[in-house]
Amino acid sequence: MYRTGIALLGTLLLLLAPLPRAHAQGQADAIPAFKKLDSIEARVQGCVTCHGQLGQGTANGYFPRIAGKPAGYLYNQLVAFRDGTRSYPPMNYLVAYLPDPYLKEIAEHFAAQRPAYQPAEKAPADPAAEQRGLLLATVGDAAKGVPACVACHGKNLTGMDPGIPGLAGLRTAYIAGQLTRWRVGERKAADPDCMKRIASRLSDADIAAVAAWLSQQTPRADASPEPSNLVRMPLACGSQR
Amino acid sequence: MSKTIRIVIALIVLALLAVAALFLLRPGLLPRTGAAPEASASTQIISKGEYLARAGDCVACHTVPNGPVFAGGRAMATPFGNLYVPNITPDDDTGIGLWTPDEFYRMMHTGISRDGKLLYPAMPFASYTQVTRDDSDAIFAYLMSVPPVKQKNRDHELRFPFNNRELLIGWRTLYFKEGEFKPDAAQSVEWNRGAYLVKGLGHCAMCHTAVNALGGSSESKAFEGGMIPNQNWYAPSLTSNREAGLGEWEINEIADLLQVGVSHRGTVYGPMAEVVYNSLQYMSDADTKAMAVYLKGLPQKDGAPPPTSQARLVNPEVMEVGRKVYVAQCAMCHGAEGRGQPPSFPLLAGNRSITMATPVNPIRMVLNGGYPPGTRKNPRPHGMPPFSHVLDDEQVAAVVTYIRVAWGNSGTPVTPSQVNDLRKLLPE
Repeated sequence: MYRTGIALLGTLLLLLAPLPRAHAQGQADAIPAFKKLDSIEARVQGCVTCHGQLGQGTANGYFPRIAGKPAGYLYNQLVAFRDGTRSYPPMNYLVAYLPDPYLKEIAEHFAAQRPAYQPAEKAPADPAAEQRGLLLATVGDAAKGVPACVACHGKNLTGMDPGIPGLAGLRTAYIAGQLTRWRVGERKAADPDCMKRIASRLSDADIAAVAAWLSQQTPRADASPEPSNLVRMPLACGSQR
Repeated sequence: MSKTIRIVIALIVLALLAVAALFLLRPGLLPRTGAAPEASASTQIISKGEYLARAGDCVACHTVPNGPVFAGGRAMATPFGNLYVPNITPDDDTGIGLWTPDEFYRMMHTGISRDGKLLYPAMPFASYTQVTRDDSDAIFAYLMSVPPVKQKNRDHELRFPFNNRELLIGWRTLYFKEGEFKPDAAQSVEWNRGAYLVKGLGHCAMCHTAVNALGGSSESKAFEGGMIPNQNWYAPSLTSNREAGLGEWEINEIADLLQVGVSHRGTVYGPMAEVVYNSLQYMSDADTKAMAVYLKGLPQKDGAPPPTSQARLVNPEVMEVGRKVYVAQCAMCHGAEGRGQPPSFPLLAGNRSITMATPVNPIRMVLNGGYPPGTRKNPRPHGMPPFSHVLDDEQVAAVVTYIRVAWGNSGTPVTPSQVNDLRKLLPE
């Protein structure tokens, strides 16, 4: 009864509260907002200033879009941040004391969102790099033993269930940052760590080229991750088990 | 008696015996009591020890995050250098497998290790000295029952002269008083239980009593609050109504804060979230209430009414910047009038962790956000996002100033340089 009262009071306060004003940079959907206090939307307000209300990402290129990524991938990341096996202090701090079932619920919530993609960043014109990025992403580099991104991350770059993230909607800074961290061993996935094998075969120029090319791709907003299909994966990945 | 009758009687007796045997030996029937089989004495003492080890939060320091439980190795940053917490699993070579209950009790009670070395007071033996022999034995029995892990202890990396353990003799003379908890006959059993847990295993004084330059804290300042060294959070005073003094709180509000992590008066974040997550959420309702009763009864040291609002001291332009940020970013959850939506989103009006003398905690919350711990009674807490990338130092200072003085709050203004100092630290 009391709780219902609180919830009603909350709703009332909410109605009375002035509507959040849109920021000059158009970041309205990165400002705390929700309809019902006892809901997952209200509970994940801790995520919104970086990842946006629906996980669509924000103007800041380093904070990734998380909407629509496979729930298994998002859950693995939340657990890794909590346990410190993936290091990014602001995330490590936020989820440090959250139990598994709740992290799973948060992961499933964002995995189910299909917000529109943010407009792609303006990329500097560099035809050679563009060509190299296109090649790495769609064909791979057999000489270097690097498979195409699309072979695992999906032909629309929307990822693959259960553990491979979509790459569409990510910005250059984030993709290049992750590939570099993988190459130097700061970021790891479950063994066998296929991304480690791939990232260590890429040069700085490769990473810059493929990150820039990927950041320009915008699939349909309602596209979902591809179903798991172990047969065609060019490398074994621990996160797909 | 004819032979036939005797045979008949014998047969009847045999039949009865057979029926009795069938009845007694019938398969598949277990004792009908709904209760679980009674635990053996050793199970009981180990379970009690596990509960008490949780009350003492041993796991928080003696386990590397994500590492084997109680195997030690965790670096503990102190103002004097890094300490490496030892392995307390029952491994014979690298843990405490060869210890006896006597040696364990001596360590808990006096801070002297099995090999005679004086322990650094990062181990809260100044609190654990209050633990009874029975409870010490139970904790020891529990630690002996966990899987042994072979992991060598790492040497401490303390700077000169703190690497010399002989200095601890001086520290002990100044700051250590040995002695088991003595119940106060004038107080209730419940109060005494709470006092025992708070002062002993709970080792609350480690953070809630200020630590001086020598790493000591004096008894006369017990529970008066202090900065937590190397963590840069402020542990509020438990004896001041201007901070987290609990004189005005209801017992159930104090108990909720401790055990659930959120309450109608406030929410735990930062280091206290860790304590609730690893330790206090597991305390029984009775023990939680006992601690609340004891904490509420702590003598309040400042009887004077809190100062009135400092709003008039604030530059009106700063106040307006703060108000605008508040309306845009904060009011959704904390309400236009700062009443929050407790216990999901804490109130800010009249919340002393907002108004207390040091603004460290509210600044850190605005910069880094935070989630209360997910506990058995609140497994899906509501959270606050970071604003460090959205607001600059002036805006953070203005909004923290605003919430410290608005709605009759009696805090003082905050400067952008205070914000900048905390912005440089990693969130933790």
